Amino acid sequence: MNDYEMMVDAYKDAGGDDIFSDSEVAHVVLEQDRILGMHAVEGLEVEADKVEANKVRVKVTVREGYKIKNPVHMCFGVLPKEGKQIIDMNVDIQKDAQVEVRADCVFPNAVKVQHIMDAVINIGEGGSYIYKEHHFHGDNGGVEVIAKSDINVEAYGKLVTKFDLLKGRVGKIDFDYEAEIAEHGTVEMLARISGQKDDLIKIREAAHLNGESARGILDSKIAIKDQAEAEIYNELTADAADAMGHVDCTEIIKDQAVARAIPIVDVRHPEAKVTHEAAIGSVDSTQLQTLMAHGLDEEEASDVIIQGLLND
Amino acid sequence: MSKLLEVKDLHLKIEDAEILRGMEFSLEKGEVFALIGPNGCGKSTLAYTLMGINNYHPQKGEILYKGEKINDLKINQRAKKGITLAWQEPARYQGVTVREFLALGLRSKGEEVTEEKLRDALNKVAISPYQYLNRFVDKSLSGGERKRIELASLILMHPELIILDEPDSGVDIVALNNIADMIKYFKDSGSGLLLITHSEEMLQYADKAALVCEGEIIRQGDPADISEYFKSFCFPCAKEEDCETEVAS
Repeated sequence: MNDYEMMVDAYKDAGGDDIFSDSEVAHVVLEQDRILGMHAVEGLEVEADKVEANKVRVKVTVREGYKIKNPVHMCFGVLPKEGKQIIDMNVDIQKDAQVEVRADCVFPNAVKVQHIMDAVINIGEGGSYIYKEHHFHGDNGGVEVIAKSDINVEAYGKLVTKFDLLKGRVGKIDFDYEAEIAEHGTVEMLARISGQKDDLIKIREAAHLNGESARGILDSKIAIKDQAEAEIYNELTADAADAMGHVDCTEIIKDQAVARAIPIVDVRHPEAKVTHEAAIGSVDSTQLQTLMAHGLDEEEASDVIIQGLLND
Repeated sequence: MSKLLEVKDLHLKIEDAEILRGMEFSLEKGEVFALIGPNGCGKSTLAYTLMGINNYHPQKGEILYKGEKINDLKINQRAKKGITLAWQEPARYQGVTVREFLALGLRSKGEEVTEEKLRDALNKVAISPYQYLNRFVDKSLSGGERKRIELASLILMHPELIILDEPDSGVDIVALNNIADMIKYFKDSGSGLLLITHSEEMLQYADKAALVCEGEIIRQGDPADISEYFKSFCFPCAKEEDCETEVAS
C-alpha cells in the first residue's frame, strides 16, 4: 500500500467519506511535507508547495462570485510515530464566493508528533467560508497541535469554524484564533473536545465585532476526565452600533481533571450587546439519575450526556 | 402471592428535617394508586426514595418490590427489576435526539431497537415521529412535549412499576387527556402505577388513593372519598382543628 492509500485509509478510519476519486470534489492530501494528492474544481484554486523540510505552504482561493457546490476535503496528517508537519495556510474567499471545507487531521500512530498550522484567512465582501476541522489522534496522546489563525471578515461576509476531537487522545492542543468582523459580517467559532489522562487543552478564540450589525458567537464545549486540563479563553468585543454577540463555554469535568473558563466581553458602543455564559461542573445529577431510572449504569448515563453535549 | 410494591413504616430524614414519617401502603399489579397532598407534604420525596435517588435513603422502614427488600439497590438496579420514575420536570439533554433517548431504555433491556417500535411509541403519545424523532430532547421542546416523550420511553421499557410524579403539572388539556389515556394503557398492560399529584382531578384515574400530610398517610380508601376530603379539609388546611381525628371519628 502506498502512502497516499495509507493516508486515505487513516482518513476513512477517522470517519471521513471516500471522496478522493470524485472529480467534482476538490481535495488536498498532505502527509508531513509531502503533497500526496490535490484536485481543484472550477472557481477554486488550490496550490501547495513544500517550502522547507516539514513545511508546506497551501493557498486556497475561491474566485469572485463562485459558489463551490461540494465541500472541499483536506486531509492532513503524519503517519509514522514521530514527525512534524507545519502548514502555512492562506485562504482567500473573494467577493460573494462561498465554500465549505472539511479538514481531517489524522495522526493514528503518533507518539511524538507536532502539527503546526498557521493560517491567514480573508473573506471578501458577501463571501462565506465554513471550515469544519475534525481530528483523530490515536490512543497514545503523543500529538501536539499548535494552530494560529488570523481572520478577516469583510462586510456581509460569513465565517463558521467547527473543531472537534472526540475520539482518541488529545495530547496537547494550543489554539489561538483571532477574527476581525466588518459591518453585517458574522462569525461562529465552535469547539468540541473530549480530553482524558494527561491531555492538555488550551483554546483562545477572539472575535472583534468592529462593524455595524456585526454578529459573533464563540461556543466551546469541553469534557475532560482523569488528570486532563483545559483552559478556554473566549474574547468577544463589540464597538459598533447593533453589533451583537454571545460567548458560551461549557466544561464537564470528572475525576481529577481541571477546567478553567475565561470569558472576556468588551463592549464600547451603547447600542452593541454581548452576553456570555460559562458553566463548569460535573454531569447534571437530574439528567444522570433520569437515565439511570431507564436502566443505564452511572458510567453509561454519563457517557450519553457528555456525548450529547459534544455533539450539540 | 407478593404484592407488587409494599412500603412499610418508611422514615426519611434529610439533614434535620423528617420528611417521611412512617409511610405505609401497598400496590398490586395492574392497579393505579394515587397519593395526593398539598405541596411540600413529602410526595415527591417518597417518589425519589422509592426510585433510590441519591441522598434519599430511608433511615427506617422497608421498600418491598415483589416481596424483595430493595432499600439498598441503586437506581439502575431498581430500573432493571422493572421500576421506573417519570419526573415532574423531565430532564433536558443537549445533543441527544428523541430517537437516541427512546432507544436507551430498549438497549438497557437488551431489546432490539427498530424504527417501527420508536414510531409506534411516539404515535401512542400523540407525537408525530416524522416531526420529532430527529429533534433534540433539549430546551427547544416544551415541558408537555418532554413529558409525552418520557411516556413514550416508558411504553418501550414496559416497566412493571411506574412512579408518575405530578404528571399533570405544566401541561395543557390536550396533553392531560393524553396522559390520562396512557395511565389507562399502562394499567391495562398490567403495570402498577403510583400516581403522585396535588390535583384531585387526577384521582378519577385511580383505583385507590391516599392523602399525605406532613410525611404521613392520614387517610386511604376510595379515590372519590379522598378527593372530597382533600377538597373539604386541605384548602385551607384544617390541621388546627385536628381534621384527621374528626373525620376518622
